[in-house]
Amino acid sequence: MSAAPKHVPTMAQAGLLDRLAPWMPVLLVPIIMLVGLAAIPSTSSWLTLTVSGLAMGMMIFIMASGMTLVFGLMDVINFGHGVFISVGAFVGVSVLLALGQMTAAPSLVLNLLAMLLAVIAATIATGALGWAFERVIVKPVYGAHLKQILVTMGGLIVVEQLIVVLWGPEEIYITRPEALKGAVTFAGAALEKYRLVAVGMGLALFLAMRYVLRSTKIGLIVRAGVENGEMVEALGYRLRLVFVGVFVAGSALAGLGGVMWGLYQEVITAHMGQQMMIMIFIVVIIGGLGSVEGCFIGALMVGLLQNYIAFLEPKAALISNIGLMVAILMWRPQGMIPVVKAK
Amino acid sequence: MSDPMLRLEGVYTDIAQYHILQGVDLDVPRGGVTMLLGRNGVGKTTTLRTIMGHWRARAGKVMLDGQDITALPVPAIARTGVGFVPENMGIFSDLTVEENMVLAAVSGPIDQARLDWIFEAFPPLKTFWKNHAGNLSGGQKQMLSIARAMVEERRLYLIDEPTKGLAPAIISTMARALRDLKAQGASILLVEQNFSVAKALGDTCAVMDDGRVIWSGAMAELAGDAALQERLMGLSMEAHQ
Repeated sequence: MSAAPKHVPTMAQAGLLDRLAPWMPVLLVPIIMLVGLAAIPSTSSWLTLTVSGLAMGMMIFIMASGMTLVFGLMDVINFGHGVFISVGAFVGVSVLLALGQMTAAPSLVLNLLAMLLAVIAATIATGALGWAFERVIVKPVYGAHLKQILVTMGGLIVVEQLIVVLWGPEEIYITRPEALKGAVTFAGAALEKYRLVAVGMGLALFLAMRYVLRSTKIGLIVRAGVENGEMVEALGYRLRLVFVGVFVAGSALAGLGGVMWGLYQEVITAHMGQQMMIMIFIVVIIGGLGSVEGCFIGALMVGLLQNYIAFLEPKAALISNIGLMVAILMWRPQGMIPVVKAK
Repeated sequence: MSDPMLRLEGVYTDIAQYHILQGVDLDVPRGGVTMLLGRNGVGKTTTLRTIMGHWRARAGKVMLDGQDITALPVPAIARTGVGFVPENMGIFSDLTVEENMVLAAVSGPIDQARLDWIFEAFPPLKTFWKNHAGNLSGGQKQMLSIARAMVEERRLYLIDEPTKGLAPAIISTMARALRDLKAQGASILLVEQNFSVAKALGDTCAVMDDGRVIWSGAMAELAGDAALQERLMGLSMEAHQ
């Protein structure tokens, strides 16, 4: 056998369009904002709607991120994901109602502390529920999509009825903590304080999630597992355990999103999670199944578009997100940031 | 003769309704390369995947260094010290070369001396360390796949057709790296269709047909007997390349 020649490997220099291609989905968010700016006659209205859209998008992202990871990692379609939103909202709101003195006090610190306690209670409750849900309902139907749809929907109905049993059938109204009521004025636009908090929280969570996925070993395992779970196991990692962890974390995030969404709407019902599922599915699909970054961008696009269209043409708001999904899928059938899957 | 590193005793494996392995008996000695040869579809890949636990043996035993690993889950088998390079390479395209390697170092950070050795064996991996593995060429992906198995010392390496579809220069690089690995005392079970590589690397050899090992012995014995090759595989191995 002759000796191998020296390898001088090179990579072709990509053209400008090729280099821009991965950033195109990211650019869509500012593009939508600019189109909104051009279409909405008043700049202050545009600013208010933009903050509102971003806040809505961030909350949808928090609720949807766990679902996209669960689907990407273990190919599980969880139609019951919405139940964690409802349970999170009920547990969180119950804590806030119990801490009425703290939320009614005109102190930002006390208000935030009450919210923190509500969020902790909601995430613990939904995390534990997620663990039980995975063990009892999802585990027996790995690899069987139709069964997954049926049993997870069944699980959703059962848990919704448990909410009705525990909290009653009526919707519960809630007022936001005192310091988060009202709005601040910026450039002539009224920006609701709560929405600003939601934007900050959503952004912080996205950055934290991105850090975990990009810069830690567990993140590497999750990303590799989304692509080729069999090979991750062949390296020695117990992917099933990782999946259970991701399922629990995703459920807890949905619970957190439920608390935030409940406070955003100022009313909660047992069916609120189920009602959010259409929006969540749209975001997960247009983002690219399994892609956290795609989910984030998709959520922002959905939030912004919903708010702009509702202002410009209220009747069209209902179909705007479906239209967005159709347009995105015609452009990229696998979603904006498709996840590579091993063949 | 010392106990083998790996022993398969009457292993049967089914895939759906197909009986692929039908009583495989195989010994892989310690410290050396055992070639697993045979025509396409005789069960070579299934044998490797059964050892790794990806497919469960219906009957029979898989013993690694005297320990029964037949029923262990895949991660547990990997953690007993089995490195696996699948036929499709199994690299993570969405991860960088560095991330692929970090992930493969299950027990902790990558040992720098071992990494230097890998870079020496596969220079492109150093060049493209921060690049997505999906952007590598076929040969570079195969290098990464083998490097990933080599990043930590394993008791046994299962390598499935590492030279398949590669250019001669890359095949030569692969062969040199595997020879290095062998020189370090590694035990390797290698499925290989390229006879030059098989002859250059193999110490012992097992030939499969119809889901069984029909012949095993020294590689040199098979390599030097064209009639035996003809009888076992239906053609001489020189023609089989």
